[in-house]
Amino acid sequence: MVRTLRVRRLQPAPLEMQSRASMSDLLSLIARERSEAAFGELFQRYASKLRGYMLRQGADAATAEELAQETLLVVWRKAALYSAEKGSLSTWIFTIARNLRIDRLRKEAAWQELPDNLSETLASDDQAPDEAASDRQREVRVRAVLAELSAEQRQVVEMAYIEGLSHSEISERLGLPLGTVKSRMRLAYQKVRTALEDLK
Amino acid sequence: MTRKIDHHLDPATLMAFSAGCLGEALSAVAAAHLEMCPDCRIALADLDLIGGALLSALPAKSEAGARSALPSLPGDVVPLPGRKASVNPKAPLQHAGDPELFAARMGVDLRNVPWRRLGPGVWHHRLPLSPGVKGDLRLLKIAAGKRMPEHGHSGSELTLVLEGAYRDDSGVYRCGDIQDVDGDQEHQPVADEQMGCVCVIANENPVRYKSIVNRLLQPLVGI
Repeated sequence: MVRTLRVRRLQPAPLEMQSRASMSDLLSLIARERSEAAFGELFQRYASKLRGYMLRQGADAATAEELAQETLLVVWRKAALYSAEKGSLSTWIFTIARNLRIDRLRKEAAWQELPDNLSETLASDDQAPDEAASDRQREVRVRAVLAELSAEQRQVVEMAYIEGLSHSEISERLGLPLGTVKSRMRLAYQKVRTALEDLK
Repeated sequence: MTRKIDHHLDPATLMAFSAGCLGEALSAVAAAHLEMCPDCRIALADLDLIGGALLSALPAKSEAGARSALPSLPGDVVPLPGRKASVNPKAPLQHAGDPELFAARMGVDLRNVPWRRLGPGVWHHRLPLSPGVKGDLRLLKIAAGKRMPEHGHSGSELTLVLEGAYRDDSGVYRCGDIQDVDGDQEHQPVADEQMGCVCVIANENPVRYKSIVNRLLQPLVGI
């Protein structure tokens, strides 16, 4: 698949995009105007991150490239479902990438649609403005929490999210009891939860 | 179904689900609980933000100057909704909490499960997993007042009640409640005296129910 893709000539980007348009602006351009230039911009910002993510999850180079592209094509196709005012784009893209990777691993499971959509539905939720802070605001808080996690907590979180390792795999890799891995995760979650509490 | 859920997923399990590194069997049961549990859906949305933050922190420039070619863009896009349908994570999903729907999606009609007897008052039905996946996913039906069969396993186990209820030392588990235990924890659940219990159980590792042993011991210890 990868080899057959052709490079498209981009239309010149509108002014506001030349000066690092916000991701959500890019996405609403994609949703409302099917702007290929906006998509090109978004693609350049995310393609290597996604490829890196897939590689660290254990995909070979061709699969990583393919899944990175598939992820961004879902963004292109489903941009209209994303709530630009509220959402965190990178979280939405993360959930798409994660689900595509899971699908790839579970091609034949009878229930494979089950975990899908669930998070996508959540990510595109249109909450009442007084009810929930924007995910963008929340993501800023989460970034701050991640930066302040203890090294050992951050390690298990990254091994799970970026390397796709299960509790037992992390426990083996680090030579720690399963309970220790889980309790580090619980502590990390607790910090995230606390940081987001007043934004509920 | 709008009953309040009393027993939730362990945050460490939810984190693995959010990261996409929870095994297939455990994920199936976790997802079924999430459909029934607004609290866990909110927690999952928080956890997904970690994934977003970590993804966006990955290097934007690729190794050795490799640059992905922009693919040709498909025309079949999802149209903008006229008015965005409002979905509130705190409200139940439209089909939330419908164990029959969950079962149907796994290819099973809850009214007509091809149960196989595992022991006195205990039936089971194994659900298929992807080829090569380790783990164990099965429906279990326990007659009113009976004990769940003793079984040996290591690793995590998730039990979600689909019908009826059961209780053990840690409390009463009703429809939608999930029990999230480590392999080394022991529990001896007893099905509700009136309704019995139908649940779906996932194990990280293969499970061997001690059915023959149970059958032999049953007259002695009432398992």
